[in-house]
Amino acid sequence: MRFFSRTRAVIVTALPLLALTACANQQPRLYGWGNYQQEVYQYFKSDASKSPEEQILAMQESAQKVSAKGQKLPPGFHAHLGLLYASTGKEDLAVAELENEKTLFPESAGYMDFLLRKYKK
Amino acid sequence: MTISIFRSSAIALLLALLATGCATQKAYDYSAFKASKPRSILVLPPVNSSPDVAATYGMFAQVSYPLAESGYYVLPVTLVDETFKQNGLTTPADIQNVPPAKLREIFNADAGLYIDVKKYGSVYQVVDSVTTVTAEAKLIDLKTGTLLWQGSATASSNEQNNSNSGGLVGLLVTAIVKQIVASTTESSYKMAGVTSNRLLTAGRPNGLLYGPHSPKYGSD
Repeated sequence: MRFFSRTRAVIVTALPLLALTACANQQPRLYGWGNYQQEVYQYFKSDASKSPEEQILAMQESAQKVSAKGQKLPPGFHAHLGLLYASTGKEDLAVAELENEKTLFPESAGYMDFLLRKYKK
Repeated sequence: MTISIFRSSAIALLLALLATGCATQKAYDYSAFKASKPRSILVLPPVNSSPDVAATYGMFAQVSYPLAESGYYVLPVTLVDETFKQNGLTTPADIQNVPPAKLREIFNADAGLYIDVKKYGSVYQVVDSVTTVTAEAKLIDLKTGTLLWQGSATASSNEQNNSNSGGLVGLLVTAIVKQIVASTTESSYKMAGVTSNRLLTAGRPNGLLYGPHSPKYGSD
């Protein structure tokens, strides 16, 4: 009797969990996101709680962790890092990151070339 | 005895929920989407129809994940925002009124995603505080201006805690604690992430189709 009621309790707890995961996408993620979206949010907030240099450092560390796991960085990661470099006056590094974005995602070429025209004068 | 009846009905109810959880609604017409085959998506800064000024950027910061994981190239949102600012376009409403052909000329993206944030933030309701984010989206072919897909989604902090113990005092304490947490913009930002994933993850009923970077591309 006791065992029975315990089994039921387990079922009752397990079912909602199943319900929550039933529609979840089971396939592995395409990219290692690291802190990309958090840093994007940080940039948009522009509340000066984190300097551009600190944001660059956070993204560099995140990129290393993602690469160490053998994952690919997501669309926009290199480009956003490039933007941060540009905002600190490091235009050669900015250009390199925009080129990285273009190499990894050829779909970005049109827009990256538009941006690169500003730096390559 | 009563308890066991209650339990059985709880199990039956949950099974019923499970069975309907993935049921498809009226089939969406994907013919324009399939003909267009977009590879890259330009997300425009979301229009904010909520009273919270943080809505546009809270939502904008959360859209890359579901779109890229669905197989699309997402144009880098921070750079896109800067490009508009440098061209004198600072409000989402003005930006979303730029002709698609002009957007394509600058960003060279296949499709544009136009988002309208309808609800964003927390409402204090006597014994609880609820954070809700609701958004609508339209995917437009930037070559032709054709509507490829539209959808809406919502997420709310009271979805998970309908059962609460501790009586009325417990409830009030929970509400106060949640209000403190909810009054920071962080909880709305997190909720925007849930809404964004529901709205923009491919493979959901009437959702977006998979993009070319996904192994499921062309299977839907």
